[in-house]
Amino acid sequence: MAARPTNQVCFETLQFGKESYSLENYRKIGGYEVWQKVLRGELTRDAIIDEVKKAGIRGRGGAGFPTGVKMSFMPRTAPMQKYLVCNSDESEPGTCHDRDILRYNPHALVEGLALESYAIGATVAYNYIRGEFMAEPIPRFENALKEAYAAGLLGKNIQGSGIDQDIYTFVGAGAYICGEETALLESLEGKQGKPRFKPPFPAAFGLYGAPTTINNTQSVASIPTILRKGAQWFADLGVKGSGGMAIFSMSGHVEKPGNYELQLGIPFPELLEIAGGVRGGRKLKAVIPGGSSCPVVPAEKMMTLTMDFDTVRAAGSGLGTCATIVMDETTCMVKTLRRLARFYHAESCGQCTPCREGTGWLHRVLTRIIDGKGAKADIDMLVDVANKIEGHTICALGDAAAWPVQSFIKHFRHEFEYMVENKGRSVVDDLPQVAA
Amino acid sequence: MSTPAPSIPPAAGAPAAAAPPTDPNVVNVEVNGVAIKARKGQMIIEVTDQHDVYVPRFCYHPKLSIAANCRMCLVEVEKAPKPLPACATPIAEGMKIFTKSKRAISAQKATMEFLLINHPLDCPICDQGGECELQDLAMGFGRGVSRYTERKRIVKDKNLGPLVSTDMTRCIYCTRCVRFGQEIAGIQELGTTFRSDSSEIGTFIEKSVDHELSGNIIDLCPVGALNNKPFRYNARAWEMVAKPIVSPHDCAGSNLYAHVLRGKLRRIVPRDNEAINEAWIADRDRFGCYGVYSNDRLQQPRIKRDGQWLEVSWQDALVATVAALKTATKSGGDQLGTLISPSATIEEQYLLARITRHLGSNNIDHRLRQRDFRDQVSDPVAPLLGCSIADIDTRQGILVVGSNLRMEVPIVAHRVRKAARKGASVAFLNPAEYEYHFKTAAYVTAGDALVANLGAVLAAAAAAAGRQLPQHLAQATSGVNVTDAHRAAATAISRKPGLVLLGQIAQRHPQYADLRALAGGLAELTGAALGYLSEGANAAGATLAGALPHRGVGGKDVQRAGLDAQSMLSNPRKAYILFGIEPSKDLANGNAALSALRAASVVCFTPFVTDELLDVADILLPTATFAETAGTFVNAEGLWQSFDAVADLPGEARPGWRVLRVLGNELELTACDYRTPSDVAAALEHELGTAKDLEPGTTVYRGSFAPGAGAVGAALAELDVPIYAIDAVVRRSAALQATALAQGGLRGGV
Repeated sequence: MAARPTNQVCFETLQFGKESYSLENYRKIGGYEVWQKVLRGELTRDAIIDEVKKAGIRGRGGAGFPTGVKMSFMPRTAPMQKYLVCNSDESEPGTCHDRDILRYNPHALVEGLALESYAIGATVAYNYIRGEFMAEPIPRFENALKEAYAAGLLGKNIQGSGIDQDIYTFVGAGAYICGEETALLESLEGKQGKPRFKPPFPAAFGLYGAPTTINNTQSVASIPTILRKGAQWFADLGVKGSGGMAIFSMSGHVEKPGNYELQLGIPFPELLEIAGGVRGGRKLKAVIPGGSSCPVVPAEKMMTLTMDFDTVRAAGSGLGTCATIVMDETTCMVKTLRRLARFYHAESCGQCTPCREGTGWLHRVLTRIIDGKGAKADIDMLVDVANKIEGHTICALGDAAAWPVQSFIKHFRHEFEYMVENKGRSVVDDLPQVAA
Repeated sequence: MSTPAPSIPPAAGAPAAAAPPTDPNVVNVEVNGVAIKARKGQMIIEVTDQHDVYVPRFCYHPKLSIAANCRMCLVEVEKAPKPLPACATPIAEGMKIFTKSKRAISAQKATMEFLLINHPLDCPICDQGGECELQDLAMGFGRGVSRYTERKRIVKDKNLGPLVSTDMTRCIYCTRCVRFGQEIAGIQELGTTFRSDSSEIGTFIEKSVDHELSGNIIDLCPVGALNNKPFRYNARAWEMVAKPIVSPHDCAGSNLYAHVLRGKLRRIVPRDNEAINEAWIADRDRFGCYGVYSNDRLQQPRIKRDGQWLEVSWQDALVATVAALKTATKSGGDQLGTLISPSATIEEQYLLARITRHLGSNNIDHRLRQRDFRDQVSDPVAPLLGCSIADIDTRQGILVVGSNLRMEVPIVAHRVRKAARKGASVAFLNPAEYEYHFKTAAYVTAGDALVANLGAVLAAAAAAAGRQLPQHLAQATSGVNVTDAHRAAATAISRKPGLVLLGQIAQRHPQYADLRALAGGLAELTGAALGYLSEGANAAGATLAGALPHRGVGGKDVQRAGLDAQSMLSNPRKAYILFGIEPSKDLANGNAALSALRAASVVCFTPFVTDELLDVADILLPTATFAETAGTFVNAEGLWQSFDAVADLPGEARPGWRVLRVLGNELELTACDYRTPSDVAAALEHELGTAKDLEPGTTVYRGSFAPGAGAVGAALAELDVPIYAIDAVVRRSAALQATALAQGGLRGGV
């Protein structure tokens, strides 16, 4: 099998090694050329949006909504302030690609923000970065902004083009829910991060009530490459319905966990091999293919899938953020689910009744089962409670909390039953050869 | 355009109306199989409410913004993949809504189960029991037995001050109280902190909830988390009888329900009236009532004999009263001075005015805190608002002159804030800085130069309009220093429709006549209405009833004007009648008044006995508070509102109108055989004829008083009477006296 192409979109500057994030290196791969074209008046708003649409790029933040279509929702010509907001509040468990874009190629994001802002008629863009990124990603991005301003690529009436473009960094305070786009807007406005009821959608009523587009970091950072190398080139990297390359954050029981920028549509076994295979040569048990909110997929099924949005969805899960969590045969699915339930319990914003009360209920029942005090009826009750959270809340966090419970019990009910029957003893505790 | 759309009568099993909408503002929807025409832009819950289809809800409140967070109102909508919140889903053409389908009911029951898992279910010891929205809906949507066997979460209670009690474990996080602060009060005193099921409603930093309307969060709270603190554990909701009454503390005439148990007034809650108080009441209305049960209620008539107070029978007391009054007026009625509270009922005011005039005196007044009467001939027939209370919302320009508005009439202040939020320009001209939670167009802090500053606003308005001022005003405005703030205020009041409001500080001002002439000139120049924020609950009634020295019933001039409230004390009389007054607290220059009273023969009609009254009075007659008498108040928009007695009288106390009627008979007043308060009101109405019907917009100033002539001196510090010192009842409400507003430091509001 021929070597797969890699690192051609957001990670292209990685070829320069240590200084991959400098303006100088970004320019070497053709960085800011498209933006210069815009400044020279050679690229129209509609042309940018059309190109992004044609590239078939789908949002990398989890929902997989076509980026170009989202851009076209903006009332571009409306005579009011409009905003672009970049969602760098990357907090879906298992996901870490935005962090590395900020660290290794922040200029791609800066140029992407400038291009998209221009396309949707916004003159101000905010990058909402999660507070935990304080050590490296935030200073890198800030520095890139400084370099771009110093190089005369941002500011007012840039290079005499009449185009204004300002970009500001906003640092979040560490709440998962602020990755939800309307909660992010609330937080950006200085309020508690609680999702807004939609409609109205942000494109009509967003930041400070103005039309706003919110995109994920990787989606935005892909735009310069798409415009530079062409929509067709990008679309051809992937498969139908999932254009381009995406960064797969490989975590869990693999030999070489990390971020891999690869073509969408790559078969999962190949992806697993690139990440070094299952740790210690053990057997694969299950995979969460798109970040912790996505339903779990058992190994047999997973090995038959290709990593693109439509295939994974058809298999009953979702590609989400392309964060692939690999679990080997020593994984206790009950304990794993409890860990996930604890996360959603802690991170529910507390606004909607089903999520506020239900996530805690799920977490407490799972803890009780692990403590050896579970009953058979608890398992069905868990599914029932999850069903009653799903679809009953303002935002998707309710769904995100419900899906793991539903899928874990659907595929691994025997493990839950085993634990209930054996008073808290896990099925993996009784595996024939347990290593460590 | 905004008229409610008529609904098609439901035909059994009829399909949804297929006809295309002819009116673009009308949308055809179907609720539970019944075709309904609704107004475009309405939410599902508004449509179902209008058509008596009940959808359960907690966070939704028609007066507050939509939160959509409780998830109780989830309903099924055809073609929608998920159940949708009725409160936040706008209707669309052809929408088919099912509020009782299996899916809707299952979603509603799921929400109820979630709400109850961490709720303490302590209904037997909860004051909300019996009037609890959660309890009511749990009957319909809850399970008999909980599936939840884990530990329940508890939340620490908060100390929100003396008015609102908290049991935060009961909270269901509907955030009505939070939104009330943000949207109605204008200052967010409560908020949510923390996340998930660790969420808490509270003040974040330990503090009390101090806004003058804050008690409304008690009514808004659907559960027993926020409750009436003074009322705590006093009665169960179902034991009490709700009786309609009217606010006795300010001129808005807020509609109230008194909740009464075995003859005792236990609490007061709002009675919805869109035209006046909407769904809100001031804390003064809600908690003031506890002053009724103060320890110093007068239980028995008393008379002073040789410096000793004796408790006597009503008969002896009335004989003594008649003797005292006859003695004092033997050589002319002019020796009698009568002062009556502006919060007395119109029946009491009318009877006392009749008695005073029968005794040959025109010395009767209810304008107790007024200092300047030079231009009283120009007073309107009644001190009304200039427009109806509801119309304040729609004013575009408002200038408030000399008023600590939020403290004087909180409900009117709320209306002014509503107008400002809708885009009106609201300007203030006040001696001091008071807090308002909206963007003011201008705020002139005038110190003790209220007159000069109002003159400057008038001069600015005249200059902007390019008009000459009439002679009597031209002189007062010449040479004043006009600043940007004055010009901004003039611009604000020039917007139409406009309203100049003369507040209580202005009316108590030693140069009130000057202020009124200038305000009247400004109103005329800008085409704005001129309105008054009168003292007490019934100042308008008092003027109609003739409780004035220069006017009789309905504003008719009297032959020879008597002495006003100030003059009758500065020119001591031989005898005084005080009705519902505590002299040092209710009168301008109150302490100076005491010496005049001490030297005279004083008859007091009073619910309370104080050392001061024992000192200055000679006869004390125990009368009713607002809770124990029937009567009528006329509010600031001229609305007559009658109410019944709701509580039992203590001891031998009697309603004021009844005592006055007997006294009138003893004094051989003709046609004084009223049997009920409505007889008294009917007699007054008959005498008034068409003058009874007051229009709030008829308070145009027609005088020509020349400002600057002979100012009256007085201490400015006394002009702003604190919100909870305004009358004898609120001064006795322990809960109100414990608030930050009463304890000082927050005089201009939070």
